[in-house]
Amino acid sequence: MNADEELLEDLLAGEHRALARVISKIENRSSGYRDLVSELYAHTGDADVIGVTGSPGAGKSTLVDKLAETYRDRGETVGVIAIDPSSPFTGGAVLGDRIRMASTVGDMDVFVRSMSARGTLGGLSTATADAVKAMDAFGKDKIIIETVGAGQNEIDIVRTADTVAVLVPPGSGDEIQTLKAGILEIADVFVVNKADRDGADRTVQELRDMIQLDEGGGMAGGGGHHSQEVIDAHDDWDPEDDVDDADADAETWTTPIVETVATRGEGVDDLLEAFADHRQYLVDSGEHAEQVRGRYAEEIRTLLREDVHAMLEDRLAAAGGVDDLAEAVRQGETDPYSIADDVLAPVETCLEDLEIDDG
Amino acid sequence: MSSEQEQESIRCLVAKVGLDGHDRGAHVIARAFRDAGFEVIYSGLHKAPEEIVQAAVQEDVDVLGISILSGAHDTLIPKIMDGLEEYGAKEDTLVLAGGVIPEEDRAELKAEGVAAIFGPGTSVEETIEFVRENAPER
Repeated sequence: MNADEELLEDLLAGEHRALARVISKIENRSSGYRDLVSELYAHTGDADVIGVTGSPGAGKSTLVDKLAETYRDRGETVGVIAIDPSSPFTGGAVLGDRIRMASTVGDMDVFVRSMSARGTLGGLSTATADAVKAMDAFGKDKIIIETVGAGQNEIDIVRTADTVAVLVPPGSGDEIQTLKAGILEIADVFVVNKADRDGADRTVQELRDMIQLDEGGGMAGGGGHHSQEVIDAHDDWDPEDDVDDADADAETWTTPIVETVATRGEGVDDLLEAFADHRQYLVDSGEHAEQVRGRYAEEIRTLLREDVHAMLEDRLAAAGGVDDLAEAVRQGETDPYSIADDVLAPVETCLEDLEIDDG
Repeated sequence: MSSEQEQESIRCLVAKVGLDGHDRGAHVIARAFRDAGFEVIYSGLHKAPEEIVQAAVQEDVDVLGISILSGAHDTLIPKIMDGLEEYGAKEDTLVLAGGVIPEEDRAELKAEGVAAIFGPGTSVEETIEFVRENAPER
């Protein structure tokens, strides 16, 4: 048995250090990590994956801490992947989310792992997805991915999750913010954290208006009439009603708004209930299968993109590096489009030849 | 495949253990490590040895830097070393101690497995250089 097989066996046997090591290999793109991750797939699929995102200071880490604590009280094991940005200049990072995971220290069954962006081109989302696989194969019941919602990269990362919670702090801008594209669109559950602060009611109202607007536009399909009631009744949001209702209702999901005060653990039970409801909805509506398929498609694309990118970098390096080419552009001798055409021409010829062979 | 690019980064846990509440030095080191391109996990104040061990194991750090100014190093650091050993992490974790540690206590800490002790006045460059040269190859 070679070292990687042993590592895999130790991971499957529940050894924390082996899990930690496998995630390091994934992050480092160490030799052999691909075979390791391929092996993991056969052991995955049992964990619920929850993404938690929101602006800096929204209270994500504190909330994640309480979520983990509550899951543990219910006898479930938890993995947390906390993602922080890294310096674009040195690659260095201070990964500070762990510091707020205070409720569960000393409990190895809450496995917290901090990650930062190292590579380029979706490297972080690939590494995150692979780390989720490792935790899933290890046997974690719940996996929480926590990331600052600042841009497209984060949206890619939370797509790794089955259920995405977006934290919206009170007073986070006027209602036009809720009309903008991006982070709010990916929410399966809205969390107005710090709900004891001034402006929380208004933020809830703005989110509610936004959801209503979405429903009114008929974007979400047939269940609009019912969703309206659900929104109006959100304060005593009761999932049972919804599940027991007609079939049509099971096919739409209206993003609930949950108010929490993470520092005191208020609203955490409601939030977990909302997660469970969403999970149920995914399964009942058949959307889960579609989601998983879409995720794998994205993984395949990202892998291919990364590999092609790496091959091109090798080619560029072999040709003396990108600097000379860039200098040539600066001198006005050529332009990036011509260079790209020149560099890729042999690849294109190759692929065409292949197609002819296949035929 | 041949074009796989390894993306290794030195990972460090900067830890405050025990009851001392002074973390300016830990912050300075954390920031200097960050600027040196390391990935730094900061533990926060008032951590118990087992919490530090848990973090070091889960985060799979190459380097554990313990900052301690309370004088309790000779009880707390051995507990951390034992914990690392329990998880099979002692051998390949570079453990450093910093802060106020009297000369006469140093031999004992080194015997416990602490690789280096950086007292007051040590330049951050010296510490970074030491980490670069001694971070374990895995």
